[in-house]
Amino acid sequence: MNIATIFEIVLAAVVLGLGIWTIAVRETYSATVGFVAYGLLVALIWVRLDAVDVALTEAAIGGGLGGVLLLGAAARLRDGERTVAETPGMVTRVSAVALSALTTAALAGAIVFLPDPAPTLAPTVVGHAWATSLANPVTNVLMAFRAMDTMLEKVVLLLSIIGVWSLAPDNAWGGHPGPRHRADPDGILVFLARLLPPIGIVVGIYIFWTGANHPGGAFQGGAILASMWVLAIMAGLTDTPPVARRWLRFVLVAGPGLFLLVGLGGLWFGTAFLAYPPALAKPLILGIEVAMILTIAATLGLLLAGAPERSVK
Amino acid sequence: MQPPAPALDAMTTTAGFLLVLSIVIPVAGVLLAFIAGDRYVRLIACAIIPFGLAIAVAILVALPASNGPLVYLLGAWPPPLGIALRADALSAVMLVVTAVVISSVAAFAATDFSPAATETRAPFAFWILLLAIWGALNTIFLGRDLFTLYVALELLTFAAVPLVSLEGRSETLQAALRYLLFALLGSVLYLLGTALLYGRYGTLDIVLLSHRIGTEPAVLVAAALMTTGLLAKTALFPLHLWLPPAHAGAPAAASAILSGLVVKGSFFIIVRLWFNVMPGLPGFAATQLLAALGGAAIVVGSVVALRQERLKLLIAYSTLAQIGYLFLMFPLALGGTGQLESGGALAGGLLQAVSHASAKAAMFMSAGLIYARLGQDRIMALGGVGRVLPISVLAFALSGVALMGLPPGGAYLAKEILLQAAAEKGQWWWAVVLQAGGIFTGAYVVLVLAHALAPANEPITPDSPAPRIQELSALALALCSLSLGLVPWEAYLSIPHGVAPDKLGPEALSKALLPILGGAVVAILLGRWECPPGRLSRWKALMVIVGQVRRAGLTLGAIVEGCDNVLRQWPAACISLLMLAALFGASMLLSF
Amino acid sequence: MSGPTVFGLCAAVAVGLGLYGLITNPHPLRKIIAFNLLGSGVFLLFGVLGRRGAAASVGNDPVPQALVITGVVVAFSATALAIALLLRLFQKTGSTTLSSGAPPNVSSDPSGG
Repeated sequence: MNIATIFEIVLAAVVLGLGIWTIAVRETYSATVGFVAYGLLVALIWVRLDAVDVALTEAAIGGGLGGVLLLGAAARLRDGERTVAETPGMVTRVSAVALSALTTAALAGAIVFLPDPAPTLAPTVVGHAWATSLANPVTNVLMAFRAMDTMLEKVVLLLSIIGVWSLAPDNAWGGHPGPRHRADPDGILVFLARLLPPIGIVVGIYIFWTGANHPGGAFQGGAILASMWVLAIMAGLTDTPPVARRWLRFVLVAGPGLFLLVGLGGLWFGTAFLAYPPALAKPLILGIEVAMILTIAATLGLLLAGAPERSVK
Repeated sequence: MQPPAPALDAMTTTAGFLLVLSIVIPVAGVLLAFIAGDRYVRLIACAIIPFGLAIAVAILVALPASNGPLVYLLGAWPPPLGIALRADALSAVMLVVTAVVISSVAAFAATDFSPAATETRAPFAFWILLLAIWGALNTIFLGRDLFTLYVALELLTFAAVPLVSLEGRSETLQAALRYLLFALLGSVLYLLGTALLYGRYGTLDIVLLSHRIGTEPAVLVAAALMTTGLLAKTALFPLHLWLPPAHAGAPAAASAILSGLVVKGSFFIIVRLWFNVMPGLPGFAATQLLAALGGAAIVVGSVVALRQERLKLLIAYSTLAQIGYLFLMFPLALGGTGQLESGGALAGGLLQAVSHASAKAAMFMSAGLIYARLGQDRIMALGGVGRVLPISVLAFALSGVALMGLPPGGAYLAKEILLQAAAEKGQWWWAVVLQAGGIFTGAYVVLVLAHALAPANEPITPDSPAPRIQELSALALALCSLSLGLVPWEAYLSIPHGVAPDKLGPEALSKALLPILGGAVVAILLGRWECPPGRLSRWKALMVIVGQVRRAGLTLGAIVEGCDNVLRQWPAACISLLMLAALFGASMLLSF
Repeated sequence: MSGPTVFGLCAAVAVGLGLYGLITNPHPLRKIIAFNLLGSGVFLLFGVLGRRGAAASVGNDPVPQALVITGVVVAFSATALAIALLLRLFQKTGSTTLSSGAPPNVSSDPSGG
C-alpha cells in the first residue's frame, strides 16, 4: 500500500462522493455544478490511468462543454422546477437501490475476475505504426485501423445537429440558433472573451497538431476551438450564424466528407476503402484531421447554441 | 515489418466492395443533401435510392456465387486490429427488404414532404433522416465488430428520434424525449457488455469472439446486459413504454419507417449476439424466458390494441404484439445446449421480421392516407371510408391479411416453419402461442375493416382526393408483403422441406379460416363497438349472452390495459429492465 | 489493491449511481445528468481495461482509448439532442414532465399513452 495507491483511493472516494451528491442533491442547478466538478476529477483519474488523450477529451468535451450545456439548460429550466411533482415512492426507491446495487456487484465481480495477464492489442497497434508513420497510437487507431468507426461517428455528430435544428419553430427555420446574448461591455465576461480566444485558438491548434505524435488530436483541439467560439458568443461579441448559410453547411460536412472521399480514393486507386498508401498516409491523415477539427469545432459550438430561435429577417 | 498472414474468413472476398458501397451510398446522400440545401433534398434522396436498391440486389445475387459469406476488410486491416464487414444470407435478405421498404416509403412521402417555398424544415429533416436510417441499418446488417454496431445503433437512434417529433406537437416532443432517454439507456448497457467482452477476450470482432468465447462470469454479465439493453431498444414487453406514443405521433411515412425498420435493427443485433457471438451460451432457460416475454407482448399488445380509439395507436400497439412474435423463434432454433439446432426456425424468425417490416409499413401508410383525407382517425368514425377511399382500405386489408399469417404471405410460411419446429422439439406451448398470435392479429384487423366497410352514418366528403402515387405505393408494398410466401427462399435460407408445399391450395386456405373466424370472435368480445340501435332485436337472446360475455371480456381487457399503463411509467419500466437483466443472468447461470 | 482495480470498482459504483439516478429522479435534466454519470462509469471501465493491457511501452491499450474518445463525443451529442428536446418541450408547454399525464396546454387530440 504505497502513496500512489492511497492517492488513488482518495481520488476515487472524492469522485464517488461527488457522484452521490450530484444524484441526491435537491436542486437541479447544484446537481449540474456537481457534475462539472465530477467531470474534471474524472479527467484526473484518466491521467492516473495513463490515458492522456482521453483525459483531454473528457476534460474538454465531457466535463467542459457538457457542463456548459447542462448549466445553460438548468438556468433556462429554473422556473420549471416546481411543476415536476412526481417524486418516486418508497417501493420505487428501494427496488431501484436494490437493482442498482445488484448491477454494481455483478460488474465488480466481473471486473475482479478478469484474466491476468490481460488481453491487449497494444503490441499489435504499436507494431503496425509503420503504416501511418504517426507516433501516437491512439491517433493511429482512430484514423487508420478503426477509421470506419470515426467516420460514422462524424455522421452521428451531423445527425445530432440535424435533430437539434429540426426542433426549430417553422417561422424560425434557417435562422440564428439560441438567444442573442448581451453582456455588460465593461464586465469581466467581455474582458475574458476578448483576452482568451486568441490564446485558446493557439492552444487548440497546437493540441491538434501535436496529436500526431503526442497525446492530442482533432477532437481535443476542436473542443477547445469550440469553447472559444462559445465564449465569444456568450459575451455577445459575435452572433451565431444562420443555419441556412451555405458556408456553415460546408464546414459541418467537411470532416466526414473529406474522410469519405479519401476512403473512396482508397477503394478505387488503392487496396481497400479507407486504406492509406504508407508513403502518403501522414499527409492524408493530417489533411482529414484539418477538415475534422473545423467540423468538430463548428458542430460542438452549434450543439451548445441549440435550435434556431430567431429568424433571419 | 510485414502484416501477419490473414486467417480464414479474414480476407476480402471478391464483390466485397459492394458491402462498402451499400453503407457509403446513403451516407454520401446525407452529406450531399445537407449541403445542397432545403430545395434539393428530396431530389437527392430520390436519386440515391435506386442506387442503394441496386447495390442491395447485387449483394443478394452475388452471395450464392461466393463460397460462404461476403467479407470486406476495411482499410485492409484484418481483425482484431481492424474492422471487417460481413454479409451472410440473413444480412443480404434484410438489406434487400430495407431497400424495398425505403423505396416505397420514399414514393409515399414524395408528396407529403415536398419542399415548398414556405415550409422547408420538415422535408429537409425527413429526407436526410430517412437516408441516415438506411445507412445505419445497412451498417448494422453488415458490421462484424461490436463497437461498429454500437455506433450504428446510436446513428439509428439519432435519426429516428427527430422523426417522432417532426410535426412539433408537444405530445410528440414528450414521446421523442422518452424514446431518446430509454434508447440511450439501452445502448449504454450494450456498451457496458461490450467493455466486459473486450476485457475478457481482447477483441470485439464477432467471428473472432465466437471462436474464443467460453462460459465465464464476464460473459454472463455481458450477455445479460447487452440483451436487455437491446430489448429496451426493440421495445419488447415490458420495456415498451416509449413505442405507442412515438409511433402513433409521428407522421405517417415516419411511422412506417419506425415500426417497419428501426425496431428490426436492434432485433438483428440480438440475433447476431445469440447466434453468432455466443452460440451455445444462453441455454434453455434464457431462450424460454425470451420467448415468454414475446408471448406476453403478443397478448398485452393485442388486447390493448383492441381497446384503442385511434387507428394509429391501434397499429402502434399491434407493432408491440408483432415484435413479441419475432422472439418466438429463439427457443425453437436453439437447442437445449443453446446450439443452433434448427436453421429452419431461424429462417422462420427472419421471414417473420421481413413480413412484418413490409406489412406494417404498408399499414401505417394506408392509415396515414385515411387520416389525411378524413382529418381524424377514430376507429368508430371510420364508417363509409371503404366507399370513399377504396384503394387505401384495400391496402390496409391486404397488409392486415399478410400480418395475420394467411397464405401466401411470408408470415404464413414463417408460422408453418415455426409450428413444425415446435412439433419436432415437443414444445407444444409455443404452437399454442403462435396460433393465438394469429387469432389476435385477425381480431384487430377484422375490427378495423368491419368499421371501415360499414355504411356511414353521415356521408363523408374528403377535402381533396388522395394522390394516386401514395395509394399505389401503399398498395404495392402490401401486395409485396402478401406474396412473400411465394418467393424462392431456399437459395438463401434453410427452409425445411415439405413445409407448406402449396401456398394457395385448399389445405392452406382452410388454415386461413382459423385466424379470421377466431379473430372475429375475439374482436366482438374485446373490441369497442357502437351498439346499433334496435337493429338486431331479432337476436335478442343471443345478444344478451354476447353482452354478458363482452362485459367479462371488457373487464379483462381493462385489467390488461391497466397493467400496461403501470408498466409504461418510467420508474416501473426501468425497474423491470434491471429485473429482466438479473433474470437473464440467473437463467444463463442455470445452464453453466 | 492495485490502481486499476480501485478505479474499476469506482467505475462499477458510478454505473450503479447513474442507474439509480436515471430511475428515480423525475426531472428529465436530472435523468440526463444521471445518464452522463452512467456513461462516464462505462468509459472508466474501458480505461481500466486499457490500463491492465499496458504493454509495448504504451501505458494504456490504445484501442479502448479510441473507443472511449468516440463514446465521449457520442454521449455529448446525445446530451445535446436530449436537452434541445427538453428545452423545446418546456418552451411549448411550460412543464418538464415525462409522465403520461397530458401537459397543460396540449391540443385537443391526445395521441395518448
